[in-house]
Amino acid sequence: MLQSPSQTALPNAPGVGYKPQHFAEIIDQADPVQWLEIHAENYMGDGGRPLAQLRHLAESFPISIHGVGLSIGGESPLDPEHLARLKRLVDWLNPASFSEHLAWSTHDGHFYNDLLPLPYTDATLNRVCTHIDQLQDTIGRKMLLENPSSYLAFAESTWSEPEFLAEISRQTGCGLLLDVNNVFVSATNLEFSPQGYIDAFALDKVGEIHLGGHDEDEDDQGRPLLIDSHGREVVDPVWALLDYTLERSGPKPVLIEWDNDVPDWPTLAAEAERAAFALKGLPSSGAVSTAANRATA
Amino acid sequence: MSQTEPETVPGTVDQTTFTEAMMDGARNVPLGLVDHEGAAAGRRFSVYRNNVAVSLTEAMHSAFPVIAKLLGKKNMDGLSGIFLRAHPPNSPLMMFYGAEFPAFLENMQQLSHLGYLGDVARLELALRHAYHAADVAPMDPMALAGLSEPALLDSRVVLAPALQLIRSPWPIGSIWQFNTNAGATKPQAGAETVLITRPDFDPIPQVLQPTDAICIEALIQGASIGDALEQARTTDTEFDLSSPLTLLLQGGAITGLESKG
Repeated sequence: MLQSPSQTALPNAPGVGYKPQHFAEIIDQADPVQWLEIHAENYMGDGGRPLAQLRHLAESFPISIHGVGLSIGGESPLDPEHLARLKRLVDWLNPASFSEHLAWSTHDGHFYNDLLPLPYTDATLNRVCTHIDQLQDTIGRKMLLENPSSYLAFAESTWSEPEFLAEISRQTGCGLLLDVNNVFVSATNLEFSPQGYIDAFALDKVGEIHLGGHDEDEDDQGRPLLIDSHGREVVDPVWALLDYTLERSGPKPVLIEWDNDVPDWPTLAAEAERAAFALKGLPSSGAVSTAANRATA
Repeated sequence: MSQTEPETVPGTVDQTTFTEAMMDGARNVPLGLVDHEGAAAGRRFSVYRNNVAVSLTEAMHSAFPVIAKLLGKKNMDGLSGIFLRAHPPNSPLMMFYGAEFPAFLENMQQLSHLGYLGDVARLELALRHAYHAADVAPMDPMALAGLSEPALLDSRVVLAPALQLIRSPWPIGSIWQFNTNAGATKPQAGAETVLITRPDFDPIPQVLQPTDAICIEALIQGASIGDALEQARTTDTEFDLSSPLTLLLQGGAITGLESKG
């Protein structure tokens, strides 16, 4: 097992999704970024540069392992080989946190490389809880479960999403990962109040917050259809929703996700700077000008 | 006129129905997927169709950059679209996606005039496997120098997991170099055998001399150093071990020796 600076919890501070192209800059000067998140599946090779970099980063930063391929909501049983790979990675890295999604991605032996939606029914609830129990037993720790971005709804759903997540947390003991951008995307697409969603959310179970950028499209009726793309800056209404959330939840670890069209380090660090100011309770507009002043100083 | 899709329970959408419709744009959006007003999901479902196709197509481009360059972006996009429906990933480890791609390329009638594509794709797959292979400390070259000749010839080499050897009737190493490194020389027709080693973190493909290829292939198959030498000498009676052993040692590919036993 590796020795890392904090194996018990993520700090209530900004983190970023780790991208290998930023390795040298992170090692040199990561400020204001205080922790890193990796996608579990990118570190499941047997060796080579990815694991060597991760070993190095773990000496200086708390690491969050974020799984994107377990298919917790899948109708099929969890893949025992994948569970074993997750266990091996968690045992080796001893991360500060492990999280996965309320979604499915594997069916009938095929992996679709996307987070696919679930109907919020009692049957889904039972299945997801069984899978989370199985995962938590395997890795020997509690996980965080993330709320999805929704583009559509299931006619058969009988639960609201915040209640569904709270009930999963109650039954399995798992914590929750609140993706504020996903809330904004889903609220726009399905025309509900994002603040109302936050009000209904079990904020005391939240162990981490995600922020990311989204794309804009339209549905068949010309209504806005936002798509969670992680390919650009976090938009102002999502920063405002973060403030609204933090006022109610208190400080949390806040992660910037930028997975596509990955920017240079200063651009990503500026997003983390804005999260740092939100955590300090300063107005977000102040954070922007301060970050901009720094960049030109 | 819309066709009706079979459903087990009215209004419910199981994951079989979902994936079939997601992977086949000609199918109807499953009933039971709706917007917030209860109207059919329509274009909203296309987000999933698009996400899967785009993310897997991007994965193919990054997994097979030389194939993508040889075919051009548009052709690579089109081929990826067919490939990802015929062979969706069978594991969440996207780093190894595309194992079926070499055979897929060889079976494409329209590509039969580009016979080398399959083996070039095999080379790109092998480079990725080498990149992610386990780290093993290489053997100190001085340990070889300290052996008597009979002891050396009687030994087998233990090879690093990153080591790969690919034989092709096509000049695949030269094609790869020409499409990867500016200034590489134009490929000439002819068979090539490519050795991949990973001395540090970056896999290095090298085209082998035919006799080196015979010797190293024998070592990979478990022959003793002496037997591998003899096999190479059936082609070149002057052959000696300095060239293949130097290649392997410089590539950090020999991790130990074991006696023939």
